[in-house]
Amino acid sequence: MKLHEYQAKELFDKWSIPVPKGVLITDKEHAAEKIRSMATALPWVVKAQVHAGGRGKAGGVQLVDTAEEAASAAKDLLGVRLVTHQTGPEGAVVRKVLVEEGLQIEREFYLSVTVDRSAGRPIVIFSPSGGMDIEALAVSAPEAIFREHVDPALGWMPYQTRNIAYRIHPLPDAGVIRKLGEMILNLYNLFISCDCSLVEINPLVVTASGGVVAADAKVDVDNNALFRQKELASIYDFSEMDPLERKADEFDLSYIRLDGSVGCMVNGAGLAMATMDVIQAAGARPANFLDVGGGAGEEKIGKGLEIILSDKRVKAILINIFGGILRCDVLAKGVRSAASKVSVGVPMIVRLRGTNAEEGAAILKESGLSFRVAGDLAEAASLVQDVVGEN
Amino acid sequence: MSILADEGTRVVVQGMTGREGMFHTERMIEYGTVVRAGVTPGKGGLKACGVPVFNTVAQAVEAEQVNTSCIFVPPPFAADAIMEAAAAGIRLIICITEGIPVLDSLNVVQAVKDCGAVLIGPNCPGVISPGKTKVGIMPGPIHRPGNIGVISRSGTLTYEVVDQLTREDLGQSTCIGIGGDPIVGSTFTDILEMFRVDEQTHGVVLVGEIGGNAEEQAASYIKENFDKPVVSFIAGRSAPPGKRMGHAGAIISGGQGGAEDKIKAMKEAGITVCLNLAKLGSTVKSTMSGSGVH
Repeated sequence: MKLHEYQAKELFDKWSIPVPKGVLITDKEHAAEKIRSMATALPWVVKAQVHAGGRGKAGGVQLVDTAEEAASAAKDLLGVRLVTHQTGPEGAVVRKVLVEEGLQIEREFYLSVTVDRSAGRPIVIFSPSGGMDIEALAVSAPEAIFREHVDPALGWMPYQTRNIAYRIHPLPDAGVIRKLGEMILNLYNLFISCDCSLVEINPLVVTASGGVVAADAKVDVDNNALFRQKELASIYDFSEMDPLERKADEFDLSYIRLDGSVGCMVNGAGLAMATMDVIQAAGARPANFLDVGGGAGEEKIGKGLEIILSDKRVKAILINIFGGILRCDVLAKGVRSAASKVSVGVPMIVRLRGTNAEEGAAILKESGLSFRVAGDLAEAASLVQDVVGEN
Repeated sequence: MSILADEGTRVVVQGMTGREGMFHTERMIEYGTVVRAGVTPGKGGLKACGVPVFNTVAQAVEAEQVNTSCIFVPPPFAADAIMEAAAAGIRLIICITEGIPVLDSLNVVQAVKDCGAVLIGPNCPGVISPGKTKVGIMPGPIHRPGNIGVISRSGTLTYEVVDQLTREDLGQSTCIGIGGDPIVGSTFTDILEMFRVDEQTHGVVLVGEIGGNAEEQAASYIKENFDKPVVSFIAGRSAPPGKRMGHAGAIISGGQGGAEDKIKAMKEAGITVCLNLAKLGSTVKSTMSGSGVH
């Protein structure tokens, strides 16, 4: 669960991680007044608050010199559809703008905490080359990335700050190293206490006056931990979510919208991915990922089908169920009831296997619905090919 | 032989009296699994599925000499349940529960190792040694005893794979779902090491998916240490980066975890990679026909 930058910075502030002074602008009317209330001698930074990365290149981050310019930049950004490499062609609507005081930048570093899956431990990642795309840096200059694993029982240890700081060239002065150590410790503690999967500061700025400040802030919270992170869960901005994904979420369905035209409904995440691959190998593109889960009932199946059908790009549907806990007859009843409520209108291919597959097939056959039955995956793939060919 | 679970496996089901726990305990007993105890705090003294229920795992171990636990406890309490089993001396802990916070898993995975126990999962279908015992939620009837070991990060995808094997008359020694979370108790490499020394296992099918680098690590282990034939399938070639594909662990992020890199590493290690899931069974048959599998 991603937080907005302004939310992440509010969280940082609670954890004594220095952030620039700023105000959040949510409506054009009060923009100028709010910005004037924040006196600063420095230039202003105006930042669109969307979850997608790549804001800067898309014009979502602007540097201006006066409060008036900041107000007009903020007003211009509100309501704009920002298209970045992460948003897809439809872009993301800017509903909030963060206006901050600019910093007198002396140096820029990179700092993040995440979980290293192969080591099974939290890891602090630091680079003296801040402000850059860390993924690109990992390829072009891997020696510029410093890593420290953390023993969860011990937490972040002072020697680990020294391991990082004494590799920085030129060496920062003692005051900066001390502040850097405090920042890493606070960030690590925030990471653990808030059940994060990622916290990232890029750039981490050393100011001309020797301050150490988080100029940007990214926080991603582990969805599985939201039951005990109620405060964070309550501030999530649902307007950033794809409307269909949001609807699926309400019914506890794992749905991801993609950009192809063959919708699919599958039980189990691994089989759902493999089914998308089958669609792609058949020369089409999957319109979605949808895992209805192991224990899905009739209602959930029906909702899943409705969600797929409400994506107007869907030209065909492949239902692939390996009945285990989820019985094929339950699936068939769900499909039948959903199809009686909404018109299907696109070719449907159904492949049922496992528990009660025959009963399921019989229910679909008697329902009067038009669909093609595949005996196995190979047949399902060739039926997808036929359907795509017809279109 | 077979690995991890066999006729000597005596199961305690933690969370047995819940809906999922009851349903799957019945299926396990039907399959012939020796389920000797259930644990639900506050329900000690009752019976469910014909099996005595205890308040703690320690009591179940003492009264019924159980050695394997199957956990259906809800996510907020699952880490505690895993540690309770490990502390009570359970040697094999299979955690079915999906949705455990990553930081909980991270802490217990280390602690379970320190206790000398093996953890499979969380977020996994469990372990089955066909014809002997089934500890988990996989449909029993699709399996048949044989010589192929199956390891996978997923549930239903494993059933698909096993079903194809069985239809090709290729039986299985043991099938293990290691779990779809970013942090799991046992990795591909841990399980491969067990299959390496298992006489019943003549070849292995490894079912991977996008996210992390467990497949790359398995490939490098196989290249150095494993001389039985391996066939692999990697799910998620069509998945875009940055989107979590259902499993908490199935995400291409930071330029890592993509399917093509995994496939490349596998091929370089001499592993037969099947790109078409529909043909997995026949690929295994043709690859392993000389290895005495049946």
